[in-house]
Amino acid sequence: MTESEIREAVINILSDIAPDENFASMKDEVSFRDQFEMDSMDLLDIVLELRKRYRVQIPEEDYPKLDNMNSTVEYLLPLMNP
Amino acid sequence: MMDNTQRIVITGVGLTSPNGNNLPEFRNALLNGKSGISPYEIRYFGKTLAGICHFDTAKYQKKKDLRRGTRAGSIAVYCANEAVIDSGIDWNRVDTSQVGVFIGITEHGNVETENEIYNIKQFNYDCSTWSHFHNPRTVANNPAGEITLNLRITGPHYCLGAACAAGNAGIIQGVQMLRLGEVDLALAGGVSESIHTFGIFAAFAAENALAKHPIPEKASRPFDRDRNGIVISEGGCVFTLERLTDAKQRGAKIYGEIVGYGMNSDAGDFVLPNPERQQQCMEKALTKANLEPEQIDLVSTHATATPTGDVQEITAIRQVFGGSKKTYINNTKSFIGHAMGSIGVLELAGNLPSFEDGVIHPTINCENLDPDCEIENLVVGTPKVVGNIRYILNNSFGMVGINSVVIVGKYDATI
Repeated sequence: MTESEIREAVINILSDIAPDENFASMKDEVSFRDQFEMDSMDLLDIVLELRKRYRVQIPEEDYPKLDNMNSTVEYLLPLMNP
Repeated sequence: MMDNTQRIVITGVGLTSPNGNNLPEFRNALLNGKSGISPYEIRYFGKTLAGICHFDTAKYQKKKDLRRGTRAGSIAVYCANEAVIDSGIDWNRVDTSQVGVFIGITEHGNVETENEIYNIKQFNYDCSTWSHFHNPRTVANNPAGEITLNLRITGPHYCLGAACAAGNAGIIQGVQMLRLGEVDLALAGGVSESIHTFGIFAAFAAENALAKHPIPEKASRPFDRDRNGIVISEGGCVFTLERLTDAKQRGAKIYGEIVGYGMNSDAGDFVLPNPERQQQCMEKALTKANLEPEQIDLVSTHATATPTGDVQEITAIRQVFGGSKKTYINNTKSFIGHAMGSIGVLELAGNLPSFEDGVIHPTINCENLDPDCEIENLVVGTPKVVGNIRYILNNSFGMVGINSVVIVGKYDATI
């Protein structure tokens, strides 16, 4: 998957997890939790959906890498292109 | 006469039933013979019948809250908000640490567990795809807890697991907590999401107790010769309960006063009801209310349209009210099916307006009365105008032998 495809995949997951939010104006360098109404349960949901949709296993120590879109895409790039 | 701080009144009603999403709609449906039963299909079990609610789930919750929570929670949140608005209480001035939430449930967690197992089946039963939301969704306090999250209530909350006697149990708990001074306002009632679990349909079918009929609206037919079982429904009803002193102080509209209640156990059978214990439960409530059977104007029956259950309840009612010429009998499940944990409160709510309009809604679909269910003053087919109605006795009975009765009196400002 390319970086833009991964970004789109994450946006799709976020849209399901936080359906009241508008992700069109997302700032990719800013923490998800600072720009949207999201909490630790949402982070667990992102991890779960990545596992279900893409069979990507993310260990707990790597959760901080899912802080914002840039760090998430960078982290997922090798995992989603094994 | 009881001290006014111990007298508990109903000051708000919020509900969703298969034939109405507030009390005026519900009452109108009951007076006009409008059933809420429709065709329904659920995974594995297939086509059947059910009572489905059509309230606006987004009225009081964000999409995210709906996604995280349960159907029972969504129903509970809707009903609680509607009750608070109906009560006229200024919520911004309420000390929510003094509000208690007491919600009756028949069961909870089956829907969510079935969904999760269905989900992991798609992943070859890989438990790492099991949702972390499963725990907060399935804890037994979930529906009541979702109300507290939504309304920011910091007082006590819990659900009362009481099979199909649960709605009355929620009300009784609210009354007791107000009388004890543990809370100043109770949101009390019952909810059910049971139509979303295939297991409950399959289990009733396995007992030969699930209704079948080519016309959905005619499937729920208590007391009828050709009744053949229960129609399962979802629903919810929450009352705001207050001490009479508080209600009067704020000039609240008073739907009625809870003057008596009773709960007991059959201690006999897992499934079959026991008319003797039902009789004792009604008598217990009458004693607590200090009322004679002749003073009860209406008995709102539990009858679910199973061949045995209806006869047994009528047997119990005959024992208690056999000598009373002025006590009428009706049934609400004939309209909306069996909404499980919510049904007791919905049945009571549907009858509360009779204090104002003097009309008793009928039981419908009783086209050929079963001789074993014959009882004087059973209101069948069309509403009965009886004039002044002062006391309603509401029966709710459940599996594993649990019985609950609530008696509500018309509020009389002069006493």
